[in-house]
Amino acid sequence: MAQEDTNVIDQPEVLRHKMVTIEISGKKYEVPEGITVIKALWHTGQEVVRGAGCLGGFCGACATYYRTKDDPKVRTCLACQMAVEDGMSFTIMPPFPARKALYDIQSLKDPKQDLFNLYPEAPLCRNCNACTEACPQKIDVREGVWKAVFGDFKSVSEMFMDCVMCGMCTPVCIADIAPNLVALYVSRAQGAHFTEKPQGLEIRIKEIQDGRFNDEWNKVLAMNEQELADHCATVK
Amino acid sequence: MDIHALQQIVHQTRDARRKQTIPKFSPADRDQLIHKYHPDYRTSAYRPIRFGPNANDKTVVELAALLEGDSSIADNIDLAPHYTTDVLVVGGGGAGCAAALHAHGTGAKVILATKLRLGDSNSVMAQGGMQISVAPEDSPVTHFLDTLKGGHMQNDHELLKVMVEDGPSIAKWLIELGVLFDRQADGNLHVKKGGGSSKPRLLTCSDYTGLEIMRVLKDEVLNQKIQLLEFCAAVELLSDDHGHCTGAIFKDLDNHRHVVVAAKSVILATGGIGRLHIQGFPTSNHYGATGDGLCLSYRMGAKLDHIDTFQYHPSGAVYPEQLIGALVTEGIRSEGGHLVNANGERFVNELDTRDVVSSSIIRECEEGRGIRTMSGRVGVWLDTPLLDAEHGPGTVEKHFPAMMMQFERFGIDISKDPVLIYPTLHYQNGGVKIDANSETNVKNLFVAGEASGGLHGRNRLMGNSLLDLMVFGKRSGLTAASRAGSMPQGKLTLQHLQRFRAEAKKHGSPSGVISPMILPAYTRKEPERTVNG
Repeated sequence: MAQEDTNVIDQPEVLRHKMVTIEISGKKYEVPEGITVIKALWHTGQEVVRGAGCLGGFCGACATYYRTKDDPKVRTCLACQMAVEDGMSFTIMPPFPARKALYDIQSLKDPKQDLFNLYPEAPLCRNCNACTEACPQKIDVREGVWKAVFGDFKSVSEMFMDCVMCGMCTPVCIADIAPNLVALYVSRAQGAHFTEKPQGLEIRIKEIQDGRFNDEWNKVLAMNEQELADHCATVK
Repeated sequence: MDIHALQQIVHQTRDARRKQTIPKFSPADRDQLIHKYHPDYRTSAYRPIRFGPNANDKTVVELAALLEGDSSIADNIDLAPHYTTDVLVVGGGGAGCAAALHAHGTGAKVILATKLRLGDSNSVMAQGGMQISVAPEDSPVTHFLDTLKGGHMQNDHELLKVMVEDGPSIAKWLIELGVLFDRQADGNLHVKKGGGSSKPRLLTCSDYTGLEIMRVLKDEVLNQKIQLLEFCAAVELLSDDHGHCTGAIFKDLDNHRHVVVAAKSVILATGGIGRLHIQGFPTSNHYGATGDGLCLSYRMGAKLDHIDTFQYHPSGAVYPEQLIGALVTEGIRSEGGHLVNANGERFVNELDTRDVVSSSIIRECEEGRGIRTMSGRVGVWLDTPLLDAEHGPGTVEKHFPAMMMQFERFGIDISKDPVLIYPTLHYQNGGVKIDANSETNVKNLFVAGEASGGLHGRNRLMGNSLLDLMVFGKRSGLTAASRAGSMPQGKLTLQHLQRFRAEAKKHGSPSGVISPMILPAYTRKEPERTVNG
């Protein structure tokens, strides 16, 4: 047991349960230090319906603006992935009315040209870099917009694989671009039009259609419970 | 002790461990381990359900209470429909989107209702990948056998055969919609090996597989202009004189009004139950994972299957506090990450099935070989830096950008330091019993995805959930849509609820529990008056 006692991680924040003062949408509250922003909302008795989704940093529902003590810089975070600290001030971003273009991805004839019809504002980027600074996923959004415009769809699709569609890049854009939506279109076009069709997949689909595995299926499905268990054990 | 000091043993023993091979358990040892340590076998956590289609079957107490719970809907509510549709899909995750898109594709009128936003789901968090037998040395039959073995031979054979055989055409559909799966140099799909699988079979989009699929499916639902009812929580189903399903009642969470939808068929794609925190476990699940579909179907007379078994994912974060319960993807172990106890020893083959690995972690911790945190949690190390040592610097960052970022936000570099993990409540293995078209024993009531049961047996294999969602989402959507043309809209009544209430009354005093739960009660009711120094 003595050994067990040495295997304890120090967590001063847990030992000395400290309360900090934070501001939620302009109103002061006391909450335990180090809890997440979303838990701070619950702690202060607020019902959360809009503003919470996966709680794992993937869905972008909890996009939040925050500022730390005495710092004029307003930053962005995902509320489920950010710990509160003393003097912090935050507000959850309301849904932003960005325009999403509608398209049938499969029937596009010239996806790189179509970008300018679907999102005519995309080439109007004025290089202010606010979108990149606003991205809680640390994507170089501005670079992505330019690459999209110049037709480098492959790079855009790779850069935006981390995008959780929180939309924080959109309200800051002085050219009214919704970079996440542009990137989503570009990534889908890259996948649907500019990526090689996997031959092995076509072969497997045909094999299944042609009944290549039927004999094996018949054998397996005719087995009794014990035979099947024994057979499973042989699969390595 | 300082966390870095405790981590040293992992660094010190790394080279020695790399030379070690840990054999998988024999079937007998594996059964013994699971029976002793897996939470599914903690009998005190279970009780029989008192009435309904699964009367006397045992399940966890948290779920039993909800299944027996009463509806929030009064018998005399006005059932004049606000909306009428051919197919009503409840749930906006992977199964819901797949169902809506396929039903819409046949020309049927579709409404998709979800209690949060379109896409807010567990699907979006799936990191490990999607199992589809595309490799030449693999086959649907091998996929079938691996899954059966992982499910303790309890899987429904018909559902399973359908899933593994539909898999490749699902991959094709997703690729045509623009999903960017990882590729090999020759353009073929890259496959990774997952726990419990004999062949590499996981299709991945780095560690964002679920997010990538959901970004595309959500976008497609919007492009197809499928009618959405967001922030609308299903609170009751509707039935006709024959007991067939004919629609649902929702509560609009913005204005608290009831919304009645008449539908020829209803597809419940409402997901799992992690937010019930069964046995006090933290969870990897999304905010809305409260088992709503189970309660709604159960009141309607649908039979549940394997409702006593849950998946505790081996690697939920234990430290830092803010990430408790969050998932550390199994992909780390797929690429060779070791599980290491406080003595610096490995104790399980890391690629064994999830139930085996979780049980062994619980064993290590219960026998005093875990690492504890001051908040009273315990865990073992997952040696993430090993991946850089094994495959070259930058491997962790390149293959697991989502994980890197999640821990980086709290000042932890998982490519340099191991992470502390313990099993987290991850998945509901069972659910509403369905047939190969995803229909329940209640006519015109379909259930797809995690809310359904039978396919995975008593333990779901890694990567089979994303495929389940797509295959049974599609099948339910196509079957429901195909009926719409030849079927009139049935009457809207609450006869099933009256029957259920009568039965509940026979079984004693009401518990006062209202189900479905809709959202977990995390909001603190009583503010603290004093500040602890």
